[in-house]
Parts: sequence; C-alpha cells; structure tokens
Amino acid sequence: MNRRPVFLITCLCFGFAFFYIPILSIIVFSFNKSRLVSVWGGFSTQWYGKLFENDQIIEAAKLSLSIALVSATIATILGTMAGIALARFKRFRGRTLFSGLVTAPLIMPEIITGISSLMLFILMADWIGWPGERGFTTVTIAHITFSMTYVTTIIHARLSSTDISIEEAALDLGSRPWQVLTDITLPVIAPALLSGWLLAFTISIDDVVITNFTTGPGATTLPILIWSKVKLGVTPDINALATMIILIVGVLVVTAGIIMHRAEARRERDIQMAINANT
Amino acid sequence: MASGSAHFRLKQWFHRTGWRSTIIATPYVWLLAFFFLPFLIVLVMSLATQADVSPPFAFGAEWPYVTFDNIARLFEDSLYIRAYLISISNAAITTVICLIIGYPMALCLTRVGKTWRNIFLMLVILPFWTSFLLRVYAWIGLMGTNSWFNKGLTFLYNTLVPSGSTLTSIPMMNSNFAVILVMVYCYLPFMVLPLYANLERLDFTLNEASMDLGSRPWRVFLDITLPLSIPGIIAGGLLVFIPASGEFVIPSLVGDASDPMIGRVIGDEFTAARDWPMASTVAVALLILLVLPTMAYTHFDSKAQAAREPNP
Amino acid sequence: MHASDLQRPDPLIRIEHLTKQFGDFTAVDNVSIGIEKGELFALLGGSGCGKTTLLRMLAGFETPSAGRIFIDGKDVTNSPPYERPVNMMFQSYALFPHMSVEKNVAYGLKHENMTDAQRRDRVREMLDLVQLTPLAGRKPHQISGGQRQRVALARALAKQPKVLLLDEPLAALDKKLREHTQFEIANIQYKTGITFVVVTHDQEEAMTLASRIAVMDKGIVRQIGSATDVYEYPNSRFVAGFIGSITMFEGVVTESNKTHTLVEAPQTGGIIRARADQRLSPNQKVTIAVRPEKIALSRERPENEANVLSGIVQDLGYFGKDSLYRVKLPSGLVLSVNSVNSRRAGENERIAQWEDQVWLSFDPSSVILLTE
Repeated sequence: MNRRPVFLITCLCFGFAFFYIPILSIIVFSFNKSRLVSVWGGFSTQWYGKLFENDQIIEAAKLSLSIALVSATIATILGTMAGIALARFKRFRGRTLFSGLVTAPLIMPEIITGISSLMLFILMADWIGWPGERGFTTVTIAHITFSMTYVTTIIHARLSSTDISIEEAALDLGSRPWQVLTDITLPVIAPALLSGWLLAFTISIDDVVITNFTTGPGATTLPILIWSKVKLGVTPDINALATMIILIVGVLVVTAGIIMHRAEARRERDIQMAINANT
Repeated sequence: MASGSAHFRLKQWFHRTGWRSTIIATPYVWLLAFFFLPFLIVLVMSLATQADVSPPFAFGAEWPYVTFDNIARLFEDSLYIRAYLISISNAAITTVICLIIGYPMALCLTRVGKTWRNIFLMLVILPFWTSFLLRVYAWIGLMGTNSWFNKGLTFLYNTLVPSGSTLTSIPMMNSNFAVILVMVYCYLPFMVLPLYANLERLDFTLNEASMDLGSRPWRVFLDITLPLSIPGIIAGGLLVFIPASGEFVIPSLVGDASDPMIGRVIGDEFTAARDWPMASTVAVALLILLVLPTMAYTHFDSKAQAAREPNP
Repeated sequence: MHASDLQRPDPLIRIEHLTKQFGDFTAVDNVSIGIEKGELFALLGGSGCGKTTLLRMLAGFETPSAGRIFIDGKDVTNSPPYERPVNMMFQSYALFPHMSVEKNVAYGLKHENMTDAQRRDRVREMLDLVQLTPLAGRKPHQISGGQRQRVALARALAKQPKVLLLDEPLAALDKKLREHTQFEIANIQYKTGITFVVVTHDQEEAMTLASRIAVMDKGIVRQIGSATDVYEYPNSRFVAGFIGSITMFEGVVTESNKTHTLVEAPQTGGIIRARADQRLSPNQKVTIAVRPEKIALSRERPENEANVLSGIVQDLGYFGKDSLYRVKLPSGLVLSVNSVNSRRAGENERIAQWEDQVWLSFDPSSVILLTE
C-alpha cells in the first residue's frame, strides 16, 4: 500500500509554482538592462550598482535593522515574562484580562493597531509632552507591543508542553523558585526564546502598516521606503533591492533550517545509540 | 525548608511573591499602556466629532458630551456598508481558495518521506519569511499589462476562447480579482501550516482501519481524514479570514479605489480625510462585525474541545 | 520443516516463501506457514522479529518483496486491504474518534451488499456478542480501555471475515483485565468459528490463547507447534531460551541408543542421562537444557535418581506460590530451580537458606538436548 500520492504531489508542485514564479520573476527582471520593468532588454547588473549608491536606501535599511534588533530583544523579554506568567502562575488578579490582552493583538487588524497607536502618541504628546516627535522610539514601542504577543504564544506553548516535574525536582533539591527559573526553565526553553526572537525580528523588519502610522518625518524604514516607491509604480531598482532581500532572507532561513535539522538528526541518532547500548 | 527566622521569611516572601509580581506586572503594564489604552481611545474617539483643531476631534460641551452621528453615518452612507460586504466576501473567497489549494498541499506533506517533507516544509515557510510587501510587489509586476505573465494569459485567452474580439491585455490591476489573488498568495502559508500540523497528528492507523474495513482511498479521505481535520481547517481558515478581512496594504496597492475594502476605508478616513472619529467608528464596527464573532467562536470552540477531550 | 505444513490439504491461509525487505533490513525472511480454518494461530516473538510485518502483509498494508499469500485458495499477495476477506484488530484499536460505538461497528458494513435492516441486525448482534449494547451511542473516548478493545473486536468481526488478525490484542490492558479478556477472545473465536491470527510478544498470552504458535526471531520462523510442543520440546536454543526460563549448558554425547542418551557435561562434573528422543552420534556437541520446575531440591542426597548434582544456594527469591533458588555448582555453573511451596512454612523453615549446601536431581525425561 505504498503507492505514491501522485495527485497530491501534483497539487504540491502547482502550489510551489504559484509560490515561487512571482519571486523568480522579480529576480530575473532585477538583471534587466531596460528601464521598462516587464520587457526584457538584455542582462545587466546596473541596478545593483545604483542600489549601493543610494544613501536613502542604505539609511532606511540601517534604521530598519536597529529598530528590529531593539524591538525584538525587548519583545522577547516582555513576551517571555508574559508566557511564564500565563503558563506557570495559574492564579493572579486580572488573569482573564491579561490573557485577553496577550491574544488580542494577534487578531486585531493591523490598521486598527496602527491608528490607535498613533492617536495614543499624539494625545500623550498633548497631555504629558512625550513623545516629543515620532520616529525611532514610537515605532519601536509599537513593534514591541505587536510582536511580544507572538513571543508569548511561542513561550506559552513550549512551557505547556514541557514536563513541569523537572522544575519540581529542582525545587525538591533545594532551589528557590526564581533560581529554578534561571537554572532550569530558561535553559530548557532556550530554543523557543530564539525562535520567538527571530519571529519578533521578522515581524518588525517586515512591518508596513503600524510603522506607517507611528513613524515621523525623519524616520523612514526600508518597508516604508519601498511602500512609497511601490505606490508610484514598479521600478527596476526595487527589483534589485527585492532580490537582495530575498536572497539574504533565503540564505538565512535555509541555513537555520539545515542547522536545526542536523541538530535534530544528531539528537535522534544519540537517542538511538543510547537505546542500542541498553539492549 | 522550614526556618523560623524572620529574615528568612522576608527573603522567602520576596522569592515567592516579589519575583512573581515583577514577571506578571512588567508585560501587563506595557500592554495596558500601549495596547489597552489605545484601544480605549479608539472606543471613545468613535463617539467624538471631527473638529478643525489639532488633534482633530472634539466632544460636546454639555451632557451627554458624546455623539452617535458617526454610527448613524455608518448606516446612511452606502460606501461603508458596501466596504464591509466587499471585505467579508473578499476574505471569504480568499479563505476558500486558500483551503482548496492548501489542503492537498498540506496532505501531501504528511504523505511523503521525512527528508522530502522537511524540504517541502521549508519551501512552504520560505515565502512567509520574505518580505510581505515584496510579495505584493511581485504581483504588481506580473499583473501589469506589459508583463510576460499578462501577455501569456492574454495569449492563452485569445487561443482558447474563440470569440470575435481578441484582447490586447487582461485588465487585472486595481480590481477585486487582484486583491483576492494577492491575498491568496500572501496568506496561503497560514492555511497550509496549521492544516499540516493537524493532519500530521492524525493517526494513520485510522486510515488503515478504514481501508481494512473495505473503504477505497477516496472513501477513506471522506470518512476519516476530512472530518478529523476540521479543527485544522477552522484554525487555518481563521488565520486567513481575520487578517484578510481587515487587510490594508493589499487593497491599497492593487485594489479598486472606488470600491475599497474596509481596511482601506479606515486608513483613508484617518489620513486623507483627517476624520479620526469616523475612522474609529469604522474600526469599532469592523471589530464588532468580524473580529468579535470569530474570537467568541474560537473561545467556545476551545471550551467545547476541552469538554470533548477524554478525562486523563 | 515447513514442507509438511504446505502439503496438508488446502489450509485457509497459505504463506509461501514470504519475504519483506525495508531497504537493507530484512523484516520477514522466507517464511512459509499454513493456517487451518478455525484455528487460533499465534505469531510470537520479541520486538523487531517481523511478526507485525507479517501480519500487515496478511492485511494488505505492506507489499511483500517476494513470496505469495493465498487466502481460501485465492492469491491475495497484491490485493489492496479493501479487497481482502480479512479484517484486523489494531493494537491501538484505531477506533474512529468522531463516530459512536455503533457507527464504528457499522462502518465496514457500508460496503456490504445488504439491506439497512440486515445491517442494523448485524450491528446489534455484534454489540451483544461483546456486551456493549448499552454503550452503543457513546464516543470512543467516553468508554474504558477494555470496552474500546471490545468495540475494536466487534468492528472487525462485523464483516464476518474469513480471517481475523489481532495485533497485540491485550497489550494495552492492565494485568487483571488481560486474563479475563484472554478467555473472552478464545470464547468468541469458538462461537464464531473464524480463523484468528494473533500477534503477541507475550508467551503466556500465546500459550493460553493459541492452538498453534509460530515462534519468530529476526524474520525467521523458528518453530511452529502447540504450546506444549514449543515449551517441552523446543527445537533450538533460541526457542528454549525464549519460552519460559531454562538453564542451558554444553556437553558431548558419549553414548546414544534406543533407551537413553548419555552426555558428558564438564560443568556438572559428570554424565547427564537423557531420554532417547532423537538419535545422536557419539562425540556430537549438544546443549543440555533443563527447566527450573523439573529440578527437585533437597538437603539430603536423593536415592535412585539418574541425574544428581550438588551446589550452594547463591540466591533465593520467594514468590508466594513458589520459590526460585539459584544454585551454584563447584564449576561455577548456576542452575535455576523452582520449588512449589506446597506447605506453609516460615522463613526459617525453608528447605534451604543462603549459602546452604543442597542436592539437585532431575529425571532423564526432563532433559532437553539441543543441537541447533
């Protein structure tokens, strides 16, 4: 009964064609000599050269990176705290509201999060004089708020599936609860922390809508720059930029995937060897 | 662990409660300040009036201070009702298409060997990690009237449909078709991944049992796999439907400006018209109409799910 | 040795030279078995011995790499599961979680050519058979493990298959329930007359349930026979060691004739006398095997016994109905001896204590000589 699922594999191939043809099209046309984005005019790498000369793009990329680094780190800290609170502290005052607050940003349409954050920042500036101007700080705060709940979801799931008895064993062996947290819980969920951080980073560096509403005149992130350019139409230098981003992300994701796969394979092999050693 | 010393007790109190409070309070206060407070502002703002000041809103000078004019406008101006209907129908169509394309893909992932499965999974996740905006951008290029894709489709249309008139290109951009196409493209991984997670957990011996009792493969799918994957279908469906119904970027870039989706209406009201109260009202209505029902559904469904689980 | 099986007049299941390979690994290696109609046949072996793969090939879930399977004279080697007159009771039961007990039992009848009334009657009959009629409307997760096992049995029997395959039918049950269910399965087999093929790793289960047992190891069938055959007359060291406990040691045949065989066993410091079950040639190397319950233990040297050995009690285990002594001979060989506690005695009144010198004796008929 090991017949190959031909129909399903065909569907999968069509799905992948659907996924990758637009991306491949961007990559191919980024090497187009012609200014016309959709007509092939010969091979050229001129748009990449233009890209590196464009200070605006470099600055935007730097800003995006620094916002993503800061917001992902803080979001991971806050999100992990919230995940621990939800998974390990079964009773505290306001738990229902808290778990609601943690899930709501996940399903809140981004446009609403965007306008509500903007209104908050403007009104706060009106009432308490802070934030003076919108930019790095306000965007970072908005990104933290939005992405920390993703981290919480990951941490919560991991903690729920982790055997609580190892923490109880540490308590039994004389550790204080907070020592258990730092000695046992955090190391055990370290992979989840890493994937939480990566997700928060990706969300931040990829965000258009919330950034669009919470940023100010001086602070243009890369997505905002692309957004404003795309609104005006398709240009070959965006193709080149897109290709660069796709390649960087692709290489990072594939490398991470291979490393994780190898680690898992090694783990399985070790387990198998341990089993064989016992028999 | 028992010790009578007051100092130890104080320390123990800190260890037991102090660190706990910090862990709970820090994210709690953050979310209250930067998520809950803005949400309350939207709620209150929806009852204000647009004003020619900065910030551009005002409340009534005397009781009851608030106005329900915005809500009335919501029902009077057909633009809003139409935008809601288009949002719901676009999101629903997107969800159904994602399901039709995504289900066989997810099922296929569970039926291939481990190595291929990892590679295919990676290929499903990869577009999800590449920039959302660039994925939209890719389709803007493809749908343009001069693109190879459009020309190819036009050629296919002209050869396959032998009508009197031949087309020079297919108008795809700035239409609901474009919005749905790009939304399907962007949200497909959100359908495939939860479905895969669900299908992968299904016990394959159930399929074998069904076959053993005389069912052919297609029957096995209808009797066993499909009904047992309903939680996955719902999870994937919600992950597509909710963001699709409030989508802002895609309708703004490839949609029809004269027939916008609700997300674009909110953005336009807020930025172009500088009508904060109206934008807030539309936002609140979007939450009440789309988000709350789905939230309530998931809430009760998870409760029902918990009740269905066997007692340990 | 399987040739005799094949020559019997058309057995219901005929397995001929069946082999299954997964890559380099041979899970089932050239197995030939004939199973008669109405038999309760057990495939017994440790994990990874190929018994489950063999069962899955009978059910149609695996395609054999070589060999043929005939059921009721029809070649089903390449038939899909849904076309075989065979049903299976899965180890995990594989009950459909979204269907009630009744729907589960009725599921296989959907494809049968019968009226709704007949279908209802059959389901009712099956539920009665396994005494689950009051629970017909429940979902699988609302009933106990033992009840689930019975639903699985009823579901597999509902189609009245020619052969019922049972994969570790009792493994998921606790000990008390297992004993009860063993008899229930045997009883249902008797009532329905359907041929049962049971896969199990539990030798007691195989011995109480089955009319015949095939002992498997590394994909090969080592011995086929009744419970008595495989226990009292094992054909190889593997079978002797796998079924029950046994002490084995090496020896060389010094004399073999119609009445007895004499084997010199250096580890016992003498000659072991055995019954002449098979003709062996002098100087042939053999393994001598004796089961613990066949050895008598005494403080005084027994008179008139053919095989008498002496040693020191090294270990002693008390199990209530019997006790296990491990007696060490001067050569270092340790023999296990089971002694039934037929009368009440306190700890100090035992036949022997630790470090006591004791005598062991056993009858020539109890000695098993193994050449394989």
